[in-house]
Amino acid sequence: MPVQYYIYLALILFSIGVIGVLTRRNAIIVFMCIELMLNATNLLLVAFSQMHQNIAYAANKASSAGIEGQLFVFFIMVVAAAEVSVGLAIIVMLYRNTRSVDINFLNRLKN
Amino acid sequence: MNLVNILFWFLSALTLFSALMVIISKNPVHSVLWLVLVFFAISGHYVLLNAQFLAIVNLIVYAGAIMVLFLFVIMLLNLNKETEQKKNIWIKVAGTIAGGCFLLSVCNVVYNAQTGSKEIANKAILMGKGSIGLIGNLGKELFTNYVVPFEISSVLFLSAMVGAVIIGKKN
Repeated sequence: MPVQYYIYLALILFSIGVIGVLTRRNAIIVFMCIELMLNATNLLLVAFSQMHQNIAYAANKASSAGIEGQLFVFFIMVVAAAEVSVGLAIIVMLYRNTRSVDINFLNRLKN
Repeated sequence: MNLVNILFWFLSALTLFSALMVIISKNPVHSVLWLVLVFFAISGHYVLLNAQFLAIVNLIVYAGAIMVLFLFVIMLLNLNKETEQKKNIWIKVAGTIAGGCFLLSVCNVVYNAQTGSKEIANKAILMGKGSIGLIGNLGKELFTNYVVPFEISSVLFLSAMVGAVIIGKKN
């Protein structure tokens, strides 16, 4: 499979996430679009790691070239899990204070 | 057109359609369910790329834990009805145009790398072969060269746990 197919797929997925962040007002859906963007980058990292493996695989079938990409994906998942727990706590706090999860209410933070 | 290609196109179409439905759905609960479908499709992509450990972790952590957390919060806040206020239509148009411009500009960069400077020309992805996605090799690498980041991530989890409790408790 040529690598550009996966690049374009991840790009479109990332752009859908960007459009969701820009157009929706519900804080939880904005948060889900951020998860969408994280997953697009994860997919691209795995694809690139297999691309590096492809070059080394011809010479040595047990080569570990490109394994760093998959470890990066693992660490991104770790950070995403921590981020979600704190972010959802912030959203619950926002709802408790304003009775709404509309992100436009957050502009009172500037005062 | 072999089986891998058919699966690739099917999973890609499923991923993009479900991702679109995530941002189109009015009901937040439907958005969460579409997002779970996105994660299943991406896990299918990982299996195609022979990243089996990541496929399972993606299912357990994202589709299993994080999405259930989202559902819990939506149920807790009683948001499972269409309460979102009408946003100005121009903001939606402007956001879509901005995202589309981003997509076009980055696609142009990729197209240049493919035909102009030929950095990714004729580079192919190894599908369904190779052993770097297996848990034995990943674990060996993780606990030899990457053991310090692994330990630091435990500190990150601890601080996230403390932070979530402090933010979430009343006053």
